[in-house]
Amino acid sequence: MKPFDSIRSHTAVLPRTDVDTDQIIPARFLTTTTREGLGESLFADWRYAPDGQPNPEFELNQPVHQSALVLVAGRNFGCGSSREHAPWSLVDYGFRVVISTEIADIFRSNSLKNGLLPIVVPDAIAQALLKGSCQVEIDLQSQHLRFDSATGPIEFHFEIDGFAKHCLLNGIDQLGFLLEQKPAIEAFEKTAHGTSTI
Amino acid sequence: MTMTATLFDKLWQQHVVTPQSDDQPAVLYIDLHLIHEVTSPQAFGVLRERGLPVRRPDRTLATMDHSTPTSPVRTLADINVVGEAAAGQIRQMISNCREFGIELHGFDRDTRGIVHVIGPELGATQPGKTIVCGDSHTSTHGAFGALAFGIGTTEVGHVLATQCLLQRKPRSMAINVEGALPAGVSAKDLILAIIGKIGVDGGTGHVLEYRGNAIRALDMAGRMTVCNMSIEAGARAGLIGPDETTLDYLRGRPMAPTGAALNAAAEKWLALNTDDGAAFDREVTIDASVLAPMITFGTNPGMVVPVDAALPTRPADGIWDRALDYMQFEAGKPIQGKPVDVVFVGSCTNARLEDLHDAASVLRGRRVADGVRMLVVPGSQKIKEQAEQVGLHDVFLSAGAEWRESGCSMCLGMNGDTVGSGQLAISTSNRNFEGRQGKGARTVLASPATAAASAIAGAIADPRAYLERAS
Repeated sequence: MKPFDSIRSHTAVLPRTDVDTDQIIPARFLTTTTREGLGESLFADWRYAPDGQPNPEFELNQPVHQSALVLVAGRNFGCGSSREHAPWSLVDYGFRVVISTEIADIFRSNSLKNGLLPIVVPDAIAQALLKGSCQVEIDLQSQHLRFDSATGPIEFHFEIDGFAKHCLLNGIDQLGFLLEQKPAIEAFEKTAHGTSTI
Repeated sequence: MTMTATLFDKLWQQHVVTPQSDDQPAVLYIDLHLIHEVTSPQAFGVLRERGLPVRRPDRTLATMDHSTPTSPVRTLADINVVGEAAAGQIRQMISNCREFGIELHGFDRDTRGIVHVIGPELGATQPGKTIVCGDSHTSTHGAFGALAFGIGTTEVGHVLATQCLLQRKPRSMAINVEGALPAGVSAKDLILAIIGKIGVDGGTGHVLEYRGNAIRALDMAGRMTVCNMSIEAGARAGLIGPDETTLDYLRGRPMAPTGAALNAAAEKWLALNTDDGAAFDREVTIDASVLAPMITFGTNPGMVVPVDAALPTRPADGIWDRALDYMQFEAGKPIQGKPVDVVFVGSCTNARLEDLHDAASVLRGRRVADGVRMLVVPGSQKIKEQAEQVGLHDVFLSAGAEWRESGCSMCLGMNGDTVGSGQLAISTSNRNFEGRQGKGARTVLASPATAAASAIAGAIADPRAYLERAS
């Protein structure tokens, strides 16, 4: 996992609520056995016209949203299926941050394991960000999001689980940490609870 | 002072290997890991890269359901109908299980089926367990009083390698369902009504516990339908406390304990129930006695109305307008009578024997309307066999429906069972997202009885009319 420190970027704005993981990547692209190359299928049903050409009406196809590292979306982003293909496709497309007023549990967990930083903001900040693409600065160490809104500069301190932050900052994957727990796991398996099989 | 605890508190506490702190989530032990072909290949890849074995193959239950054909598979070559990539995924699953020593309930076994159907059917799903799977509908198993939730593929790798997950404890929420469900109103209608009430993000960050008379009165199939769709309210998991109904279901299942071991287990399981006076972070109460058969009209499961009602007129912020536009429905107008192209009875939500009985009881002696395709896909090969033993397949086939092999099928259309662009499908599955059942497909979610009634009418119909006539 690529370490995450701080980034400056313009935003891509997707002002839709309840964007489910079937929209992020439709099920027909899940027959892969690798994690690479899924960026092409990101938002496929919204992004491409029936002839396979980019749909000019889809927000992310508009020039102002191109090559953004930060995606701003409406409430309840990433709901639905647990497919990790959703963050894989967002990261492969180039996003490093997703901002919304609410981010679905499994999607958030999957994102943190793939170097994609989910940031939950209050409604007022989301409304300012959803108005249109703007420049933002995100610093994970200090947990700050900064941008210029129509009414002046906004600075917001976002929350993130300390362990997830540590892993993101250092590009650590959590499997190594769990493997170090082996003695505790072995001890647990020796208790009455841990001894049975299926 | 006696400490009181909820079912969720007890399940959590019993599985903590290392407690959570400010710096670190809890290490939570997983009793049962369900795996399937779509969300496991990359996890096996990580194990292979790092030279790690599967820690507990004996606690791993593997099957294939998402990419699998619903046409008969007599030899492995028959899987090719699903296309090269999906067939490749199936072959990869077979070789991964062989390499890592995991028993696979594959095409050569009569135990294959949808992962959330066969876990309970085999008796592997039991009260008191932690159960995970790389699939959001793992919440189904909560119907037994097990803490069951969906995980991503990275976490599938964590469980394969360590039998543990790193987790922060979610909050708890009680859904109290009092009163009795009226005739013709099913568990599916109940959970759709609950999602309609609390919203598709109403359960985010929470584990739901369904409580009250109406829940106690449900059979295990109904309880599984309710818990299955907890994720559709955004919840981490859904739970129902174990009782005699749970024990009766488990008795005689191949992987369930028997005799004295069952009695000892039963005592522990029943003690898991939420203590009187235990506090939840949130509580919601629903009156079951006023519910009607429910149907979705929009593009998420929270956009739901009674089947005999008009569609709501509340263009709050354009979201509903967009959904109605996609669905080609009109605010303020009834949904009943809208012509349907496809009827799907299946999925981990509603493909158990009881669901097939519900659909058949409406369909018996009647015909699927001309021009309507009806697909009936049992939840497992066992259910298919049981249905055939009591002649349910004859009811479906003589009505003009297709009777298929088990699998996820048209719920998400990974195997080629799809709804055409612009077609309207009434589906007993769990998600009416845009294009979920095929690119451009329009989906309404409903119970098996409502789906069957709509198949006969060729349009969205109220099942109660047909049930009254049948009785």
